[in-house]
Amino acid sequence: MFGLSIKNMRLSQLEVGETGIVKEFTDLEMSVKLMEMGCLPGEQITVSRIAPLGDPIAIHVSGYQLSLRRKEASTIILQ
Amino acid sequence: MDANLKVALVGNPNTGKSTLFNVLTGLNQKIGNFPGVTVDKKTGFCELPDGRRAEIIDLPGTYSLYPKSRDESIVFSVLADKANPLRPDLVVVILDASNLKRNLLLYTQVADLKLPVIVALNMMDLAKKSGITIDVNAFAQKLGVPVVPISARKIEGIDQIKSVINHANKVALQEDTIDVESLAPQLIAQISKEIEVENPYYALQLAHQHETLKFLSSTQSDRIEELEQEFSFHSQKAQATETIARYNFINDLLYDTVKKKETAHEENISNKIDKVLTHRVFGFVIFFAILLFIFQSIFAWSAYPMELIGDFFVWAQTTLHHILPAGPLVSLLVDGVLGGLSGVMVFIPQIAILFGFISILEDTGYMSRVTFMMDRLMRKVGLNGKSVVPLIGGFACAVPSIMSTRTIENWKDRMITIMVTPLVTCSARLPIYTLLIALVVPNRNIWWIFNLQGLVLTGMYLFSLVSAITVAFVMKFLLKSRERGYFIMELPVYRMPRWKNVGQDMYNRAKAFVLQAGKVIVAVSVILWVLASYGPGNRFERIEQKYKQAQYTQHMSADDIHHAVASEKLENSYAGVLGHTIEPVIKPIGFDWKIGIALITSFAAREVFVGTMATIYSVDGDAEKIESVQQKMHTAKNPDGQPVFNLAVAFSLMMFYAFAMQCASTVAVVYRETKNWRWPASQFAYMTGLAYIVSFITYHLLR
Repeated sequence: MFGLSIKNMRLSQLEVGETGIVKEFTDLEMSVKLMEMGCLPGEQITVSRIAPLGDPIAIHVSGYQLSLRRKEASTIILQ
Repeated sequence: MDANLKVALVGNPNTGKSTLFNVLTGLNQKIGNFPGVTVDKKTGFCELPDGRRAEIIDLPGTYSLYPKSRDESIVFSVLADKANPLRPDLVVVILDASNLKRNLLLYTQVADLKLPVIVALNMMDLAKKSGITIDVNAFAQKLGVPVVPISARKIEGIDQIKSVINHANKVALQEDTIDVESLAPQLIAQISKEIEVENPYYALQLAHQHETLKFLSSTQSDRIEELEQEFSFHSQKAQATETIARYNFINDLLYDTVKKKETAHEENISNKIDKVLTHRVFGFVIFFAILLFIFQSIFAWSAYPMELIGDFFVWAQTTLHHILPAGPLVSLLVDGVLGGLSGVMVFIPQIAILFGFISILEDTGYMSRVTFMMDRLMRKVGLNGKSVVPLIGGFACAVPSIMSTRTIENWKDRMITIMVTPLVTCSARLPIYTLLIALVVPNRNIWWIFNLQGLVLTGMYLFSLVSAITVAFVMKFLLKSRERGYFIMELPVYRMPRWKNVGQDMYNRAKAFVLQAGKVIVAVSVILWVLASYGPGNRFERIEQKYKQAQYTQHMSADDIHHAVASEKLENSYAGVLGHTIEPVIKPIGFDWKIGIALITSFAAREVFVGTMATIYSVDGDAEKIESVQQKMHTAKNPDGQPVFNLAVAFSLMMFYAFAMQCASTVAVVYRETKNWRWPASQFAYMTGLAYIVSFITYHLLR
C-alpha cells in the first residue's frame, strides 16, 4: 500500500537495521567505484550503523562492511 | 642481489597481502620508492625449493585496475609496462576466501592481461567459520590457474605456495573471463595496431588510463585520445559495462564452485565491538583516551632512549677528540658529522613508538573506525578522519607524525595534513616557550588556581591547534585535486594485531627514516656547524690573541675567558655575520642580531635556540642550566639601556617559533613523504611568511 512512496527510495534514506536491494545509480562515475566494491544492482544492502555525527554511514553488503558518506549513499536507488 | 624470477603480489586491501609478503621474505626486505607516487615500494627475496631466488614485490592493495588514487595507478603500470624494470614474470593474486565475489573482480582484470598468474586463497579458516565451502579443485579448473589455499597469519600453505611459484609456467594459461573485445571492438583493434600491443585488455586499459600513464609518449596519448573521439568511446560507461560483465562471470563461477550455508544472520563479534567503539559517546571517549595514551607514550617512553642516544654521541665525541689529533678535519668529522648523526638517531625512539601504535591501530581495523567517526568533523576543514593521529602526534614531534600520514589514502587530504602538522606545538618548542614565558610573564596565580605562566603555555598549545586547522581550511580551497573526493571505504572485521608485523613495521620505518631523511639532516647540520664554527678572514685568531693579553688573563678567570671567547667567536662566525646581515629584516619584528644568530643556528632544530642564547650571553656552565640563561637574558640591555627581552619581543619571538619551519628534519621528512621538493619549499615559504606577519603584528600590538 506504500508502493508509490517506497519507489525510488535512496540508500541514504534508510535507518539503521533497514534493508534494501540496489536497483540503479544516479552517478555514473560513482557507480563504477561502488560496483567495484561489491554494491551491484540486485545486491542486498543493510544499514549497520551511522557515525556518531550522523555522517558517514556503514552498510553491510555482499558479506562485508562498507562505509560511505550520505551524499554518496544518495546516488544508490533501491528497489 | 640478482633474482631468477620476479613475482608480484596483487590483491584487495585487507586480504593479508602484506602478511604473505612478510612470511615469504622475512627480514630480507627493502623499502624503496616508486617514481611519482608516495607509496613505498616493498621488495624482498624468497628462496625457492629448487634453490633459485625469487624477488617478491608487494604492490599497493587495490579493488580494481582502474585507480582511485595515484598510488593505486602504480599497479597497472608495473603489471603492464613491458619496459618497467619491476614487471613481474609471475603474479600472485591473493583472494580473501570469505569475500570471494568482490576479490575476484581484480583477479579477472589481472588474468585478462595474460601474465602468468597463480591464486592464493587466504583466510580459508574465516570462510569455513562463516559456512562457506569452496571446491578448490573445481575452482582452479574453471580459472585454469593453480589455486593454493593458505593462511598467511597462521603460516599455513606457505611451502605449497613456494613450490607452486617454483613450478609456475612462463606462459599464461588462464581461461578468458569476459569477451574484452566486445566492449570496444574498433577502438581496441586500432590501438593494438598502432601502439603495437598484443593483448586486447591491455589496449582497452590504455584507452581508459592513457592520460595518467607515464610510460606512454605524449604523441601516443594524443593519438589514443583522437581514436576515442573517432569511435565515441565513453570511459565511465565502458567501465560500468565491463564491471557488470565481470560480475556475471564471477557469479557463474561461484555458483558452480562455492556453497554457502544459509545461517541465521547472527551478530558477529566485530559488530558487537563496533557498537561500543563507534558509540556516540563512548566512541569518542575511547578514541581520545587512546590518542592521549599514544601522545603520552611518545613523550614518556621515548625520553629515556633519547637520552641514551644523546649521551652515547656525547661520549663518542669526547672520546674521539681525546684519541684523534686536533685539526679541522677531525673537528668536522667529530663535531659536524657525528653531531648531525646524533640529531638523526635521536628521532628513532619516537618514530618506532608512534609506528608501533599506528601499526596496531591499522592491523586491528580500528583506524578505519577512526576515519568513520571523525570524517564529518575533519572534512569541514579540508582534512581527513585519519588526520587526527598525525595532528595529535605533532604535539610530540612532527617528524614521525608526517611519516604517519601515509595511512591517508586521499592525496589532497594527505598533502594538507602534511602541510599543517608542523604548526602544532612540538616538544622542541617547549624549552623556548618556557624560557621566554619565564622571562616576561609574572609567576603568579590568577583566579586563585590558575598559574599565569601555565595559562600562557596552554594558550600557545591551543593556539597552535587552531592555527593548524585554520591553515588547513584555507588550503582546502587553494589545493587543486584531480582526484574526486571519495570516501567509500571498507570497514574490515576486527582482528588481533600481528605482533611480528608490528615489530617489522617499527624497524622498517626507523630504517627508512635514517637512510632517506637522515642524509638531508646530516648535510644541513654539517653546513650549520661550519657556519657557526668558522669565520671570515682571521677574525678567530684575533679573538684568541686578544684574550691572551694580560688585561684579560689577570682580571678574568679561565672559565670566563673561555665563555667570552666562545661568545665573541660566534658573533664573528659566518652565522654571526649572517645574523648581522639579516638584522634590518628582523628589526621590524623586534629582533636584534643576537636573536638573528639564534634563528640561523636553530634552523636545524628549534631547541638549539636556548644553547645559542647561552653561548651569546656567555653563560656559565652548559646550556642545560636554563635558569642562568634566563638570568643573563633578563639583564641584557639594548644600547639605549632598555631591556632586550621585553614583553613585545618575547611574544613576537614565541609567535615566530610557533609558525616558522625551524626544523631541518621536518623539511627532510616532508621531502621523503611527498617525493617532490616543491612541497617542503612551499611549506617553508608559507610558514616563514606567516611567522613574520604574526610576529610583526604581535610586536607592534604589545609595544
